[in-house]
Amino acid sequence: MSDLPGDLLYTKDHEWLRREDDGSVTIGITDHAQGALGDLVYVELPEVAQDVDEGGDMAVVESVKAASDVYAPIGGNITAVNEGLSDDPEKINSDPYGDGWIVRMQPSDGMDEGALMSPDDYQQFIDELDD
Amino acid sequence: MSDPTNSNLIFDKSRSGRRAFAQAPADAAVSAIPESMLRDDKPRLPEASELQTVRHFTRLSQMNFSIDTQFYPLGSCTMKYNPRACNALALLPEFAGRHPLAPSSHGQGFLSCMFELQEMLKDVTGMKGVSLTPMAGAQGEFAGVAMIKAYHEARGDHGRTEIICPDAAHGTNPATATMCGCAVREVPTGPEGDIDFDALKAAVGPQTAGIMLTNPSTLGVFERRIEEVADLVHEAGGLLYYDGANLNAILGKVRPGDMDFDVIHMNLHKTFSTPHGGGGPGSGAVGVNDRLLPFMPIPVVGSKEVGGETVYNWLSEADLPQSIGRLSGFMGNSGVLLRAYVYMRMLGRDGMERVSEYATLNANYLAARLRDAGFELAFPTRRASHEFIVTLRREAKSVNLTAMDIAKALLDKNYHAPTTYFPLLVPECLLIEPTETESKETLDNFVTAMIEIVTAAKQGTEFKDAPYTLPVRRLDDVKAARQLDLAYRPEET
Repeated sequence: MSDLPGDLLYTKDHEWLRREDDGSVTIGITDHAQGALGDLVYVELPEVAQDVDEGGDMAVVESVKAASDVYAPIGGNITAVNEGLSDDPEKINSDPYGDGWIVRMQPSDGMDEGALMSPDDYQQFIDELDD
Repeated sequence: MSDPTNSNLIFDKSRSGRRAFAQAPADAAVSAIPESMLRDDKPRLPEASELQTVRHFTRLSQMNFSIDTQFYPLGSCTMKYNPRACNALALLPEFAGRHPLAPSSHGQGFLSCMFELQEMLKDVTGMKGVSLTPMAGAQGEFAGVAMIKAYHEARGDHGRTEIICPDAAHGTNPATATMCGCAVREVPTGPEGDIDFDALKAAVGPQTAGIMLTNPSTLGVFERRIEEVADLVHEAGGLLYYDGANLNAILGKVRPGDMDFDVIHMNLHKTFSTPHGGGGPGSGAVGVNDRLLPFMPIPVVGSKEVGGETVYNWLSEADLPQSIGRLSGFMGNSGVLLRAYVYMRMLGRDGMERVSEYATLNANYLAARLRDAGFELAFPTRRASHEFIVTLRREAKSVNLTAMDIAKALLDKNYHAPTTYFPLLVPECLLIEPTETESKETLDNFVTAMIEIVTAAKQGTEFKDAPYTLPVRRLDDVKAARQLDLAYRPEET
């Protein structure tokens, strides 16, 4: 059973989003996603100050099994990236919702929470995938 | 007992000053390298006797898993059986010794083989022209998409910047599109392995340069709505690219040209008899229909009648002024092309059909036997092409037996592992391709081995450290990917 913090929102591409106090949004991949990918060996991060479109490529996570694009769940401007992942990509495996965060961005049009999933909805979504 | 002579590393056998006669330095100075540029220190090389060296490398060669010694369910993706005769004939001194700059009048034999190879490939794929120039599959893909771009450019149709790839595509397809300066539009796959037609409808438009498809797809199933897909893309003004990776499944049965593809690349090394899987040399010959004929990469071998005799010659810029150009100094890897030629000649038209018939029969037999034994097929409602996918998601959950565990456990049973964790769309998957040359008994024994592993896992046997019987145990693939420094450094003495 993967671990799902209650204060986050989730996407069908297995990303999580957390609204920060300053209005920015922190984004990472879920425990389910890191489990499916297996041990991560490389993370390609975007540039700080780069604009990304909703649904566009934002980062690449590479495990021993596969390299996967991480798509931007919302459009916006990248304000910070988790530089620590360059040397320790395994942080995503060990702490996907904490030290394993990937980017922080300032949403261009706010965050449409209706398009994202609550923890319960996401749990149901991954349960169905497993059936 | 630690006996360094039993070490697998030749550096551990090294003794300072030990030499082999065959490796003794020459008495006379034969090097033209100026003294100032010569190295000061001796290179770090092992120093061993001739017989030690012979034994070391012979022993290493005996550790190989190979198609000559074991069943290889990786199939044509990596290594199907390549008849010895193809290699023997390609190595005839008259071929091997031919200088690529020799005048074509001195190489009519070679050129006639290449011309006939072009003709046979046109025939088996249903295309109008073939260029043998691309040196490998990736270069064939590059040539294909470059021709699609050249076609649109020549028509002044400059807005076509997108290449559509299904999410099941080989990773090389989006990479090729990107290398050719196109954006990639991904289209999802439906539940039975076909392309999601509605998503494709939504994806095509005036920005579509083309679509890259593998058929049968990487999921081991035939794209059933291919005619509708072709019409849809063509009506939108795009072209269709056929990735020939799975050509083995359809040889002599159905032709990409008849499916209305505009361009195809063929991995001759894969389907037509060249050992590969180690990185080359390869051949990514491309076939085109009328639309793309003027854009073929050069050189191409042409023929003409001179005084009642057929004379073969190189076609180049003057003959194909709209060509995308040259991809290398000469035309392809001639050894690979010759092996393909001999293989096709030996098979003939009937034999070509038998390749795909037996390849699909073997795959479907193996799939049915594994399904009956309790394995879950990824696409149980579909007939397999030349390959099929087993998913171990149930076993991974219930008895902690992953696709990688069963792959490694198979090595202990003297079978090479099938492809693991590809395609990415299927969790815990094994992609199994037995190929046309395996006997029923071999397939039955493989099924037995698969059943034995799962049964043992259900009874509590762990396979986390498998293989147990081979010289190298389970590798730390995470460490290998994170620490890329692979050099062996002998200790300083």
